[in-house]
Amino acid sequence: MKLSDKELEIIEILEKDARTPIDVLAKMIDLPLEETEALVKKLEEAKVIVQYTALVDWHKADGHEGVTAMIDVKVTPKRGVGFDEVAERIYRFPEVKSVYLMSGAYDLSVVIEGRSMAEVAHFVSQKLSTLDSVISTTTHFILKKYKHDGIVFDQGDQDRRIVVSP
Amino acid sequence: MKSQTRNTYVSETVAGLKPSGIRRFFDLASSMDGVISLGVGEPDFVTSWSIREASILSLEQGYTSYTANAGLPELRQEIAAYLRRKFHVEYRPETEILVTVGASQAIDLALRAIVDPGDEVIVVQPSFVAYEPLVVLAGGTPVAVHTSGADGFQLAPAHLEQAITERTKAVIICSPNNPTGTVLSPTELEALARLAEKHDLLVVADEIYAELTYEGAYTSMAAVSGMRERTILISGFSKGFAMTGWRLGFAAAPEDILQAMLKIHQYAMMCAPTMAQYGALEALRNGEHEVEYMRNSYRRRRNYFVASLNEIGLPCHLPGGAFYAFPSIKPTGLTSEQFAERLLIEEKVAVVPGSVFGVSGEGYIRCSYASSLEQLQEAIKRMKRFLARL
Repeated sequence: MKLSDKELEIIEILEKDARTPIDVLAKMIDLPLEETEALVKKLEEAKVIVQYTALVDWHKADGHEGVTAMIDVKVTPKRGVGFDEVAERIYRFPEVKSVYLMSGAYDLSVVIEGRSMAEVAHFVSQKLSTLDSVISTTTHFILKKYKHDGIVFDQGDQDRRIVVSP
Repeated sequence: MKSQTRNTYVSETVAGLKPSGIRRFFDLASSMDGVISLGVGEPDFVTSWSIREASILSLEQGYTSYTANAGLPELRQEIAAYLRRKFHVEYRPETEILVTVGASQAIDLALRAIVDPGDEVIVVQPSFVAYEPLVVLAGGTPVAVHTSGADGFQLAPAHLEQAITERTKAVIICSPNNPTGTVLSPTELEALARLAEKHDLLVVADEIYAELTYEGAYTSMAAVSGMRERTILISGFSKGFAMTGWRLGFAAAPEDILQAMLKIHQYAMMCAPTMAQYGALEALRNGEHEVEYMRNSYRRRRNYFVASLNEIGLPCHLPGGAFYAFPSIKPTGLTSEQFAERLLIEEKVAVVPGSVFGVSGEGYIRCSYASSLEQLQEAIKRMKRFLARL
């Protein structure tokens, strides 16, 4: 799908802040409100904009238990469907948060969230490793998130400028 | 023999300079909590990490001594390449480029290098607050030429010509303009060029906001035919590269003028700060993407903010550059100072009264939109409430 400059601008703005009010968005890209609404709707329907979500720092939620692991998975691609079939078998599990096909030393990068390390270990040994096409897995647990999707979690974003200047 | 006791040791020239009108608002706004400030004349971005990192590296490696008076040779080469690439103007890095402590120092040097006692320098207003005092300090006489909000503060050549006398030596222009955001069109620059030729004038072109233009390509004064020899091009890193606190600017001019500026600079300043020069080097080598990102961000905020000002009843032309909106407050019947003061006290929004920038700024306020979108939305909300109460 070929996107216009205005559509690209909408995506750039919403990707940074999905809660930008539509009237503000319209003014920012210098289009009438109705036209802007129509463009956003079009982008949503075409699944260019797939979903609006919140970026959560779960570390700040007391009592929250959970671990995230990134798993490097080597697989045997299948004739006719390549990696797609095994990727689908993996991403259908709800605990799997993302699946990417990678260049380099392994094939699929799988991000999984669980309540505990034991739960993740159970998933890897019982569900993932036992898939026919899977040759090997290497699991890395995330210890701390500093920056995610371009956003620094604990940013000192106070304005240090003097109040009035020429 | 003891002479008569003085009242003050301060020179008459300095005592005669009028204090900056911004000072009062600064003091007032600083004393209040919860102020949304649209009075800030600098980017809201922190300098990009790659520039900061390059400067840190220079410190780690021990580059802490003076540089050449005119600035690091490799930085002057990069500035020459930058001016060629962006504005299609040619300057020899060895003799025609000077690295200064902010564009402000470059303006000061330019005026001191060209002004003889009694020389007149035309200042196109509304203008940055420093030009007139710097002309006076250089021993010259500032002559104001006014532009009008009615036509978006465009420069009328006929108007300008009326102000030219036997003693006129130079014209100071600023495009994109602080405070109006107006960008001089190629046609206006051409007209100015013909006047400069006709009356044998120099143009001191303050192009510090050149990176922040939003409609079409930017035309430098020096790029207009015949003007390279008549222009002192002044720019720097503060606005486009978000490096205000680094205090780093530059001037490019024909050799005789540049060398005269360098003569003053080597006595008065020695050289610009070394660590800042290494940061600037990185800015010119690898900073393009960041500048483009910031420019896009300002453009969108400008679009939002100016449309909103017009909507709430403060007529505002769409400024082509910088990060200032300069709406008219004439519909309110207040002076710009009354408006700014009441808006600050009643709604805690700080703006700068247009009168600070010359008499043609009266009836307008300068609002910087270099603030987060959330802050701009809140400011519009408060201004709307304020206007409804008037």
